[in-house]
Amino acid sequence: MQTTAQNLTNRIANPTRFLSLSATLLPWIGGLAGVLIAYGLYLAFFSAPPDYQQGQTVKIMFIHVPSAWLAMGIYLLVAISSFGLLVFRHPLADVSAKAAVPLGAAFTFLALVTGALWGRPMWGAYWVWDARLTSVLILFFLYLGLMALRSSLDDEALAGRLTAILALVGIVLLPIIKFSVDWWNTLHQPASVLRLGGPSIHSSILVPLLVMAAGFALAFVAMHLMAMRNEILRRRVKALTLAEVSRTGASLSAGAKG
Amino acid sequence: MDLGPHAAFIIASYAIVAVVMIGLVAWLILDGWRHQRALDALEARGVRRRSRAEDSAR
Repeated sequence: MQTTAQNLTNRIANPTRFLSLSATLLPWIGGLAGVLIAYGLYLAFFSAPPDYQQGQTVKIMFIHVPSAWLAMGIYLLVAISSFGLLVFRHPLADVSAKAAVPLGAAFTFLALVTGALWGRPMWGAYWVWDARLTSVLILFFLYLGLMALRSSLDDEALAGRLTAILALVGIVLLPIIKFSVDWWNTLHQPASVLRLGGPSIHSSILVPLLVMAAGFALAFVAMHLMAMRNEILRRRVKALTLAEVSRTGASLSAGAKG
Repeated sequence: MDLGPHAAFIIASYAIVAVVMIGLVAWLILDGWRHQRALDALEARGVRRRSRAEDSAR
């Protein structure tokens, strides 16, 4: 099993092979994500009943919860990719980390905004300085910090390593977000799906939620593959541009000597 | 379909998610297209990656 995983990792380590494999997978993953999200929307708007407490605002949960799960899941992927860069120097690890960060920031933003739009009618406030909300806001700033750090350095290899170190330090935030509702007295409700003893939500609401979560997850995978492909192409353009400049410089100096 | 008294909050949430997700996909498609065009232009000028150059020399 481990050897199979290692073989797969080594096979796709080659960027050219990754481009070919991802080009084959992308339409399938993107298409399946579209189908799942469409089915999830149908269930959310035509099948799921209003919640006995939240009423129809429970529909916001079908997009808020998947966004919040992805906000944390993508950060875990960034941290694993950063570990892969720093420890194994995997050629695609930095590409993966760099590609995932803006997507993670986008999903964290969506979790915060949809949470605020749910909070206003339910809690009477768009925002409260509650441990869960505040820790997710810090996660959003961490994503922005990772992007700012990377773009502030011209040396891309150094920028990749420094960003990876910051990403690994920042992973301490994930358990704080997850357990903030247990450790502190928060307005945000405790876990109701990923909890010991199973979900506490009725299947009529749980099923649309899980279908939307699967659709969002696959949409992220498709977007991540696209972003990784773009980053590989960007690096190739940069390398070839430098090669062209040095070739032009060499021929100019040869012409001057002649 | 009656979305109740808080319909505006529900519609705004879904609209923002749709705008951000469609925006991300559009940005990724345009970015990929831009890089591919730049790469094609460089290769058309005879600048090739080592592995490509070796392949064409064989």
